[in-house]
Amino acid sequence: MRDLRRADNGSSLFANRWIVSALPPILVFLLMVGLWQWTVEFWKLKPIVLPSPAAVWKAATEKESVLIKGMLATGAAAGLGLVSSVVIGSILAILFSQFRWLRLSIYPYVIFLQTVPIVAIAPLLIIWSGNNLRTIVIIATIISVFPIIANVTAGLLAIDRNWIDLFRMHGASRWQSLAKLRIPAAIPHLLVGMRISSGLAVIGAIIGEFFVGNATSYDGLGSLMTQWQSQQRTAHLFAALVASTLLGIAFFLIVHLLGRTVFRRWTMAVDLESYDP
Amino acid sequence: MEDASIAAAPLEIECSDLEVRFSAHVPVLERLSCKFPAGQIVVLLGRSGCGKSTLLRCVAGLQKPTSGGVRLSAVGGQGHQGRVGVDARPRMSFVFQEATLLPWRSAIENVLLPAELDRGLAGVGRDDARQLAATRLEEVGLEKQEHHKLPRQLSGGMKMRVALARALMNDPDILLLDEPFAALDDILRNRLNELLLQLWSHRPRTILFVTHNISEAIFLSHQIAIMHKGRIGQQWINPLPFPREHRLRSTPEFSHCYGVVSSALESLS
Repeated sequence: MRDLRRADNGSSLFANRWIVSALPPILVFLLMVGLWQWTVEFWKLKPIVLPSPAAVWKAATEKESVLIKGMLATGAAAGLGLVSSVVIGSILAILFSQFRWLRLSIYPYVIFLQTVPIVAIAPLLIIWSGNNLRTIVIIATIISVFPIIANVTAGLLAIDRNWIDLFRMHGASRWQSLAKLRIPAAIPHLLVGMRISSGLAVIGAIIGEFFVGNATSYDGLGSLMTQWQSQQRTAHLFAALVASTLLGIAFFLIVHLLGRTVFRRWTMAVDLESYDP
Repeated sequence: MEDASIAAAPLEIECSDLEVRFSAHVPVLERLSCKFPAGQIVVLLGRSGCGKSTLLRCVAGLQKPTSGGVRLSAVGGQGHQGRVGVDARPRMSFVFQEATLLPWRSAIENVLLPAELDRGLAGVGRDDARQLAATRLEEVGLEKQEHHKLPRQLSGGMKMRVALARALMNDPDILLLDEPFAALDDILRNRLNELLLQLWSHRPRTILFVTHNISEAIFLSHQIAIMHKGRIGQQWINPLPFPREHRLRSTPEFSHCYGVVSSALESLS
């Protein structure tokens, strides 16, 4: 009986909490859109400067299929970029964790890479790799690889002293310690890195598309934006902006979902630990 | 009986002129020589900072002594290299202050870890190892349905039981415990002490147990090595008979021993 009551309380508490946390942002959103619409109408702003939300909605529905195709194209490029930065970043991090001299000699350049503005490399990459999807994936990779390297390296190196002693006591080889201790212990760090990188990969893909432009048949969100910008179709640009935001959110959710499914054991161990009394 | 591996003779631990210095001036262990008999439970008792954990780590091979050494030998007096049928390295397990379970592995997977790492258990098949791990968990009192829980779903006492099962997985000749129950409440600690004795009587092996709790030391030990400032001040032979049960703690003999040990500890400082 008591347990049942508690469970009941728990779920209604959860529902209450959801309303408390979701309602204010929704209200703010509606308020902002309303204010926007009112501003445009009251000041009679030209649609080329600031289109009304209604005009943006109209543009979005008009170009629905183009926008969805653009989201898919950009999403594919960003996805490939994220996957390759996870692969490349994790391999580099493992090498850094295993070879101190490598870490000491290469890691500074990894940080340096991070400080080079990607917009400055993009034109070069286009000369080298061409106006194609590959270039966009490379740009998305370069921009999103650093959080993976930094977080995974830290995760591989920050191992509890007792765990290391435990593995030593049982005569674990270097390879066993890596496979059974360091890599699994670094998974939560990888997820943190991916959460940051997922957003960056989308940004990288769009930047890449700005440069690749509409020179080819390729039409990702970035290409659409440059195209519409040259035609001064502001409402369409806003629609593309919303679409790219949605894409970023989708990426974030996919990474989050990965943590809740494939890596459930890890997120359970880490996220919930802070709730322990 | 259920041991898939060869039951080895218990090992004697002998330390000679053991010295550990972390800095030039103050030694953590100072020319420490001692002998701990095979198959007995020896408790290292002392205040924090007296070097008892360091001594334990030296025996474990986790701490390299500045000078001197530790010798582990079978009762016949041979060094461990002379043992037959088992790999040259004596099998030792270490239980830490915290359970140190890997959080992404279930209870039974944590117990299986030594089987995956230890070459001494390499001959044991995967299914056999799993069976053995389940038996170990039952021995420490974990119900079947708890075997597949993750560490965070277990209580502190349960986690420590899993850590014990893991330490026993490779059927060690020497079991080393570094204040394993210090974080638990008194009732739980008493229960786990009784469990440890039960496990020992089931399969006697050399046990070194570090604690600063006098009553825990008396309840568990064949003898107590009272440590002070990097030396063993006194090796006290425990007269209380085995088997020991819960009610022993409330006997006058137990209180008498408590008085003796605590005044010995007092006189050293």
